[in-house]
Amino acid sequence: MSEFLQLLFNGTALGARYALVALGFVIIYRATGVINFAQGGLLALGAYLAYALNDTAALPFALAVVGAVLLSGVIGAATERVVLRRMVGQPVFAVVMVTIGMLFILEQTITSIWGFEALNLGDPWGVQTVRAGDVVLATRDLWTIGLAALVLAAFFAFFRFSKLGVAMRATAFDQEAALAQGISARRVFAVSWGISGGLACLAGVTLAAGPAALSPGIGAIALIAFPAMIVGGLDSPGGAVLGGLIIGITQAMTTGYQDDFFPWAGSNFAAVMPYVVMVLILLVRPYGLFGTKEVRRI
Amino acid sequence: MAAAPAEAPARAAEMLTVRNVEVVYDDLALVLRGVSLEVGDGEIVALLGANGAGKTTLLRAITGLLDIHDGRVTKGGVALQGTRIEKLDPPAIVRRGIAQVMEGRRIFAELTVDENLRTGAYTRKGRGEIAEGYARVLDLFPVLKDRRSSVAGYLSGGEQQMVAMGRALMAAPKLLLLDEPSLGLAPKIVEQIRDIIVEVNAQGVSVLLVEQNAQMALGIANRGYVMETGRIVKEGAASALLADEDIKEFYLGITGDTGRRSFREVKSYRRKKRWAA
Ligand SMILES: Nc1ncnc2c1ncn2[C@@H]1O[C@H](COP(=O)(O)OP(=O)(O)O)[C@@H](O)[C@H]1O
Ligand SMILES: [Mg+2]
Repeated sequence: MSEFLQLLFNGTALGARYALVALGFVIIYRATGVINFAQGGLLALGAYLAYALNDTAALPFALAVVGAVLLSGVIGAATERVVLRRMVGQPVFAVVMVTIGMLFILEQTITSIWGFEALNLGDPWGVQTVRAGDVVLATRDLWTIGLAALVLAAFFAFFRFSKLGVAMRATAFDQEAALAQGISARRVFAVSWGISGGLACLAGVTLAAGPAALSPGIGAIALIAFPAMIVGGLDSPGGAVLGGLIIGITQAMTTGYQDDFFPWAGSNFAAVMPYVVMVLILLVRPYGLFGTKEVRRI
Repeated sequence: MAAAPAEAPARAAEMLTVRNVEVVYDDLALVLRGVSLEVGDGEIVALLGANGAGKTTLLRAITGLLDIHDGRVTKGGVALQGTRIEKLDPPAIVRRGIAQVMEGRRIFAELTVDENLRTGAYTRKGRGEIAEGYARVLDLFPVLKDRRSSVAGYLSGGEQQMVAMGRALMAAPKLLLLDEPSLGLAPKIVEQIRDIIVEVNAQGVSVLLVEQNAQMALGIANRGYVMETGRIVKEGAASALLADEDIKEFYLGITGDTGRRSFREVKSYRRKKRWAA
């Protein structure tokens, strides 16, 4: 039982990070119809910005994180303004290629500024743990779950109740009708990219916490958040969060129990598991758990 | 139809002026070929015309929605109370006081009625004013009162049209553009919609009413225009147009020749054909 609880906790912490990234994917997809492959790059950049604000600019860690999240939001929105807006009206394929190009540029920028070597993010959590019975709770995982829950709740409240949140949903449903109400689609796009950038940064920070955990490769987590988004349904924010948790917990359980049940699958099977889950769910529900059938215009 | 303008009755100060507008889609399809039209302050003006005549395109030219259809105004201009607006984007035009009810209602079906109405007030500031406008809309459409938290997609066609109209009115427009509001609605509902247009107009909102239901539109309009393949081919007082032989025949289905079908039948036939294609 305690092993199960331990894995459940680990998986939830992992899933919370996937959820943040997957939600970022979904927000941009809903608004613009584009899957932003640069998300992993924004995530890594966000974590390095937190590092820079903390280590180089000597801000307290909490302030550095808040600053990095805000900066990443601005960078996300600026990316939309400067790069993506020029692509309006181009085929989706071309826009997706541009986001892939941006991913490489971001990775290159990171390594040329901060190098390849793993760094210490400067978080106060380190390797501390808290014990709850037989279960060992890593402090950084507790913070990850708490922060993710807080930010996700704030996002959903914004999305549901605020004027801009309603405008975002209206635009996602019918861009022209939203424009006819005076809702600027450009503003909605920029805000979507901004929120997505902020979420990516927070995911990056929680992923890079701990000793020597900040490296240019952390952006690869986006490859796993990707199936999380598909599992939830491309255009469902709630689905993205649930998908993230499902993938995270499945991965943790696979790591924990694989030796008992299917050792023949190979030692790296947990890495493949998200894709297995994705394929299985898509076989039953082709549009993901909460996705809508209709795939809309760019 | 002959391009012979009927008499031009005297009218109030101008609200909307469309001058010699040409619209081209995709840089090649000339759809409006020099359209001029006016809506006086406080008027209801009807715009009639067969499917494909260019009525919706004209509304897009007024509200700035051509852009996302790859359309452009290549000639002429649009002015609201004397100020040119044809270069503005849709939000700026809404802020200047033009709201529209789009063809096919285009409500946000996944949003609640309340949220739909609130999107209409997106460009407005001031909580108090918005709340006042909201109350006025609910007075105009009492059926929406109990349905505020319903998801709009579940409403009947008539209720959805009311949401679309209420949403447009939430912008507190000076000029309301309506694109075929009676389309697909039962006669009883069409009457209700008609009465509400009259009431809104009585509250001081000028109206440009695009319709295929000429009887309804000319019944409440001061003046009317008839459009055909991108041109205005007839204009005049509503009463004169109602008495016009061509209009009687093509739009009202009143004719000595018993074999001819009413225009609305022709239209629904065309629609079906288009879907099948
Ligand atoms: N987005 C578009 N791109 C190209 N042609 C269009 C577009 N929208 C409408 N048209 C064409 O413009 C003409 C007028 O259409 P429209 O303005 O919708 O007429 P109406 O509203 O009077 O039925 C039609 O021939 C139609 O095919
Ligand atoms: Mg039309």
